[in-house]
Amino acid sequence: MNFVVELLIAISLVISGIFGLVGSYGLVKLKDSLQRLHAPTKATTLGVGGVLVASMIYFFAKTGSLSIHELLISVFLLLTAPITANFIAKTYLARHLKESDLPESQSSCGWSIYDEPPESRPGSSKA
Amino acid sequence: MLKRLIPHPFLSLTLVFVWLALVNTFTLGNLLLGILFGIVIPMLTAPYWPDRPKIRHPLKMFEYVLVVLWDIVVANVQVAAIILFKRESSIHSQWIVVPLEVTSAEAITVLAGTITMTPGTVSAMLSADGGSILVHCLHTDDPDAVRDEIKNRYERRLKEIFP
Repeated sequence: MNFVVELLIAISLVISGIFGLVGSYGLVKLKDSLQRLHAPTKATTLGVGGVLVASMIYFFAKTGSLSIHELLISVFLLLTAPITANFIAKTYLARHLKESDLPESQSSCGWSIYDEPPESRPGSSKA
Repeated sequence: MLKRLIPHPFLSLTLVFVWLALVNTFTLGNLLLGILFGIVIPMLTAPYWPDRPKIRHPLKMFEYVLVVLWDIVVANVQVAAIILFKRESSIHSQWIVVPLEVTSAEAITVLAGTITMTPGTVSAMLSADGGSILVHCLHTDDPDAVRDEIKNRYERRLKEIFP
């Protein structure tokens, strides 16, 4: 493996390490649950992304064929991470906040935790 | 006939590609097995997919994915800077209400996911009729600008992709 390839792998690993560290430090530093929710979304994007890029370059240099597993991992992460974050946010809202703590919804109905969906559109989209 | 055999062509294609990517080697046997999965799984799960999502401009999806990936990288750096260099008392977290113009469930789901994955904002909740979305922003002094960016950058593109 030549020097440039090793340098690229090392750079991506260091970048991912830095963002993983900053994400974890954010968990300690930020003061309430909703702010802390922002920290792990960093670790899963650039933190994990850096390791995956490093892995792809390494196996490409070693075997000469492109490994697609890493792309799948990042796709699955991008699909699942927002759902987890949404669940945590909603649980926090339901347990700790009242409707009056939130801004008005600017739409014909209130927020979905506190208000029923309109009858005319059964099963209207709830995220 | 073809419609009954392959009720969700995009789902079938995705399943074939994901299967080939999972086994990581391209052989004829793997391709046939992938096609078998691509036909059987949509048939078995058809009752859970009452509507087929309509996509108008498939090429615009690539543009959207690239824009979002770039934004993820930029926003990561911004949020890392907020965490590292801002004092706890000077981080102003705010709720932002984004009124939605897109109506299809798929478009709203993609938009909510995008908002969460671009660091600095987390989508928390929809209004009961799906007409607006509640976003938590880690630090901003200008909530209207964040709302306008979400609408101009992401929702405008999604409106073109999903009718």
